[in-house]
Amino acid sequence: MQRIAILGGGVGGTLTANLLAKKLRRAVDAGEVEIMVVDSTGSHVYQPGFMYIAMGGERAANLARPERSLLDKRVTLVVGDVERVDEARQQVHLANGLKLGYDHLVLATGSRIVPEAIEHFDQEAHHFYTAEAAAKLRAALDRFTGGRIVIGIAGMPYKCPPAPLEVAFLIESELRDRKLRDRSELHFCSPIGRAFTIESVSDMATPILEQKSIELHTFFNVEAIDPARKVVMSLEGEELPYDLLILVPPHKGQQFLMDSGLAPAPGGWLPTDRHTLEVGGRPNVFALGDATDLPLSKAGSTAHFEAPVVAERIVARIEGRAPAGKHADYEGKVMCFFEIGDGKGTLLQFDYDHPPRPPKPNQLWHLGKIVFNKTYWHTVPKGRV
Amino acid sequence: MTDTAANITRVVDARGSFCPGPLMELIRAIRETQVGDVIAVYSSDKGSKTDIPKWVEKAGHRLVALDARDGYDEIVVEKLR
Repeated sequence: MQRIAILGGGVGGTLTANLLAKKLRRAVDAGEVEIMVVDSTGSHVYQPGFMYIAMGGERAANLARPERSLLDKRVTLVVGDVERVDEARQQVHLANGLKLGYDHLVLATGSRIVPEAIEHFDQEAHHFYTAEAAAKLRAALDRFTGGRIVIGIAGMPYKCPPAPLEVAFLIESELRDRKLRDRSELHFCSPIGRAFTIESVSDMATPILEQKSIELHTFFNVEAIDPARKVVMSLEGEELPYDLLILVPPHKGQQFLMDSGLAPAPGGWLPTDRHTLEVGGRPNVFALGDATDLPLSKAGSTAHFEAPVVAERIVARIEGRAPAGKHADYEGKVMCFFEIGDGKGTLLQFDYDHPPRPPKPNQLWHLGKIVFNKTYWHTVPKGRV
Repeated sequence: MTDTAANITRVVDARGSFCPGPLMELIRAIRETQVGDVIAVYSSDKGSKTDIPKWVEKAGHRLVALDARDGYDEIVVEKLR
């Protein structure tokens, strides 16, 4: 019996499990292979929808479905918190005492936000990285009647890199619609020397920031928040007063990965081979999605394109052959939509060797994103796209 | 050993990391070190030799040296505040 343990029931874990179930159907039915997904909640959450709770009338209830309903019937779902991985015994230890043996391990454990890393973050800063926080931001925007809005990034790397720019563009558009634009200032703070990490996307976004009169502050690494003065301060010595503060919270990998010696502190990102997706040279441990240390977007799209590679590599190991076909290696493919505001969007599509060349923003790409969000449940987790 | 090398108190080996990785590694080191410490960043990303000096200037630190090594750049920064 070959046991495959997949930790994490997000995009990467779910899709990998379903692809494996499809490829190994006969072996699973014959009792030669077992595929397990371990998830802490048993609920699959479509996180890209959070931004639309804050910006577009989305409801949290539409963004979660039972993980079981998305998994192939040949996949076993175990709900519980992972406490550690015992590599010597090839076991996953759960907080409830359960120990699960594995022969092949897939770490699709995502990232977690750590707003507490910055004092006063919770009281002062809004964000849109949970459904609850996004709803609070929506309420704050509804109360907003003019003033200074500061949008920034309080730690890299973070999930969905375009999101803060998208939020800036969408809020600017909303303020115009609500006749509040002339009473408002918008500031966008980037930790690096340009608006976005990828140069070609930065070159696309910077003129849009200028056109929308959103002031760009580069090299602004959030250091502290002063709630008494309503000021956010950067490591570089800059201070920005705010009436409404929106910050991407710092992110980390899962603590148990550090505790198990799989990922280094303090970030907790798994050292992952950029092509094979093996973790730290271990031939039977793979990582995908946000959990890796790869220089790529932490986004569902990344996991979506990595999952077929992980599945192919595990099947090849089980069948005693070399990985083959178009999914033998990961080439860094990522594809995501990018909202510009005013009902327009563009598309970022790239890989390790080809930077994105975003097309001129238009309504089609905005609609593409909306349709993708609505049809997600029937497509991505089941491997239909 | 040069004078610069003698003064280096911390080395950040960011070779293999892509923009903005080396800059973010330097920022983490700056946060963790004391005023007067000298940090050497090794970066194989071509953008670092322009990004890091720009950040150093804005953040009020001192660029001590920028040298091309075998397949990477060594950027040395003194923490001034």
